[in-house]
Amino acid sequence: MTELIADVDVAVIGAGVVGCAIARALAQSGCSVALLDAAHDVGTASSKANTAIVHTGFDTVPGTLESSLVARGSELLHRFADDAGIALERTGALLVAWDGEQAKALEGLLDKAHANGCLDAALIDSAEVRRREPQLGPLAGPGLEVPGESIIDPWSVTLAFAVDALRSAAQLFLGRRVLSVAEEADGYLLGLDAAALRSRWVINAAGLSSDVIDRLFGHDDFRITARRGQLLVIDKRARGLLEEIILPVPTERTKGVLVAPTVFGNVLVGPTAEDLDDRSDHATTAEGIDSLRRAAERILPGLAALEVTALYAGLRAATEHRDYQIRCHAEQRYVCVGGIRSTGLTASMAIAERVVGLLREAGGPIGPVLQAPAPPRMAPLGAAQRRPSFDPDLISSDAAYGAIICHCEQVSLGELRDAAQSELPPTDLDGLRRRTRAMNGRCQGFFCGAELRSLAAAMLPIPDGRSSQ
Amino acid sequence: MIGRVHQGPIVEAPEPDVLIVGAGPAGLSAAIELGRDGRRVVIVERESAAGGVPRHCRHQGFGLLDLHRPLSGPAYAARLVELARAQGAEIWLQTTARRHNDGDGLELVGPSGIAELAPATTLLATGVRERPRSARLVPGDRPAGIFTTGELQQSVQLGLPIGRRAVVVGAEHVSFSALLTLRAAGVDTIAMVTEQPRQQSLPGTAALARAATGLHFVGSTRVVALHGRGRLESVEVQELGSGQRRMFEADTIVFTADWIPDAVLAQEAGAEIDPASLGPLVDAAGQTSVSGLFAAGNLVHPAETASIAAISGRELGRQLVQGASAGPGLRVEADPPLSWVTPGWLGPSLPPTTIRLHSSYFSRARVLMITQGEQELHRERLRHVTPGRSLSVTGAWAAKIDLAAGPIRLRLV
Repeated sequence: MTELIADVDVAVIGAGVVGCAIARALAQSGCSVALLDAAHDVGTASSKANTAIVHTGFDTVPGTLESSLVARGSELLHRFADDAGIALERTGALLVAWDGEQAKALEGLLDKAHANGCLDAALIDSAEVRRREPQLGPLAGPGLEVPGESIIDPWSVTLAFAVDALRSAAQLFLGRRVLSVAEEADGYLLGLDAAALRSRWVINAAGLSSDVIDRLFGHDDFRITARRGQLLVIDKRARGLLEEIILPVPTERTKGVLVAPTVFGNVLVGPTAEDLDDRSDHATTAEGIDSLRRAAERILPGLAALEVTALYAGLRAATEHRDYQIRCHAEQRYVCVGGIRSTGLTASMAIAERVVGLLREAGGPIGPVLQAPAPPRMAPLGAAQRRPSFDPDLISSDAAYGAIICHCEQVSLGELRDAAQSELPPTDLDGLRRRTRAMNGRCQGFFCGAELRSLAAAMLPIPDGRSSQ
Repeated sequence: MIGRVHQGPIVEAPEPDVLIVGAGPAGLSAAIELGRDGRRVVIVERESAAGGVPRHCRHQGFGLLDLHRPLSGPAYAARLVELARAQGAEIWLQTTARRHNDGDGLELVGPSGIAELAPATTLLATGVRERPRSARLVPGDRPAGIFTTGELQQSVQLGLPIGRRAVVVGAEHVSFSALLTLRAAGVDTIAMVTEQPRQQSLPGTAALARAATGLHFVGSTRVVALHGRGRLESVEVQELGSGQRRMFEADTIVFTADWIPDAVLAQEAGAEIDPASLGPLVDAAGQTSVSGLFAAGNLVHPAETASIAAISGRELGRQLVQGASAGPGLRVEADPPLSWVTPGWLGPSLPPTTIRLHSSYFSRARVLMITQGEQELHRERLRHVTPGRSLSVTGAWAAKIDLAAGPIRLRLV
């Protein structure tokens, strides 16, 4: 017999950054919520491999839903990250023109930025570009400054939303893929592998699978193409080479490659943009790596001599449309939140706000607006934050914070233990890495990999394909 | 008095005469010499045991050159620790040295707290690590089953599962060490892949390994992609000459050698870095470009055997005891296939006993010629020119260096 694992007001399919934000907002609006994901952790698909930038939306298409949700989301996310202690640095961004064609495009981009509400965006000449970023390559021309862009610790955002949702009584079901949808008298029975879940409403936040889920509800409004973005993370010695995010000027031919500092103290180069048929192909390629290294060398020549710390690829959920695919099918008690391309991290909280609004308008189970509880305090992982092993008082109260296991990233045994004992513990080494930074440094495990795997085996819960609770 | 061993830094400790960072063969050997002369030495070690990399190499073959007897890695490490403590060296384990945020000293962090020290003399002996897969820019998936020798050997020691079929990348001494570790862990090595045309270890080592494991050696070939979701499934390689590609089915790959000095502290202190070795440049007295900051062992010659690292540490210890100063010197430069040379600065007032160098590929030209402008300073025949294997020449010729003339050049003829 199929086990019924929950009976809730709303089921949210997909525990990426968008799904977690939605589950949190709904749970804080008085709904009983179940958040489901096929993977064994939150944020394991598109949400884990992005450029970690909080966008202003200056280059979105004015008047689109994406434009307004990115702007609103950025405001909300800045506040949330500050309150939750998530590393965020207000670096600002600089679009740099590398040839005459790009220089001509700057004015249009300025107009677009203003139309998108980025009133502090401004053109600067090449001398000013050079003064601000003296390490840029010799062909750097004039630029457009966008002061509102920030860099953030992206993993902690998804995790914080999920933890916050759990604290508001949402139920999280990991390792649960939605295989079928059956309509019932007052809702749905979602068929999972050897289990089922009953809900009055369903929110589709399934990212790369959002079109597949949409079809289970009888719609065919968009098709997802997995757009692969390969990224290089450069050694921390590179961090001193730049002050802010260096953005490319998009042209007809290419969107270009950005070079950005990370809150962890590295420099990130990417992404490529390759449309794939396989929605699970996270492989990097020789061509992709070569093209990124060439771009890096042109933009910031000092990067050429530095070691690459990590190579990875993320998949964005692109569609044939130029805007987000957010639709409320009120009669079906179903909301589709699809095609949230590369701006999902920035827009996530605004998307959640919108979904709550859509449910309220449609007569969904939304309660009165309550004072949201204080966000959870997340582990300080940023280079500019005070990490536990730098705090003598903390070490004297608990020696485990002075016992450093990962030397490259200065991660202590205390932090690993805290992650393992947290409300939403990792179930594997990758999850532990995302929560603590352990093994993400330049040695990639030469020194600490064995000890970490051993600790992970001893400390982490075994994934059982069931609830995290 | 026997030096004590403490887990974590001793927070209110007096300044030692010499602070040594790293309790591997080089750091311990320097401490032995310094302690013998009555210097107060503190060695800080970030691991929870002293001894360095040999602790993880269970096979024999350690200690021949410095202790003059054959030992296993762990026995060799234990012996060096014992000798250093016998000379009074104090060892702080689980102690990470970081550059102090504001000031010249070091911040030492461990479970016992945070100590700050700014001794007049600091010796860095922080060793090397192997370049990992990402830094080698090997594309493909990111499955489980990817190791360096360092991670592999520690994993086996901790009893962690490894895999069943392995590809070893590299063919130096350490690659054969990885091979032995894999065999001990019950893993079949199906291929040893290297971009070099032939193996680089001692002929005897390679022959033994071949006989013991039925090794399939694949030279002049590079790894071009890793495939597998979740777990490694196959390793794609390409022959350098023909461009031909082939696959090895394997669930484990070990990236060996391709050393990078662990030079963070040296960099942060502002020491000049040798672009060829990526370690700090030192003069004949072992001093970096920063006064009072010295470096020894594989940090400056990545990487030699444990015994050579120990000898390098011992020499530096003796020089510190003698208060040797290298005096003014000139940069030593090498032409390909030679890459790094250490000491990287040489002058006439302190000719070193030994000059160590490294080659990037095999060479038939084996006569090392050392010149300064038109002037030939020295000529010496090398027994071999093998990438990744120890090369050294005598250094007495440095007395002939003319400080008014140009840089010193090393080349093979």
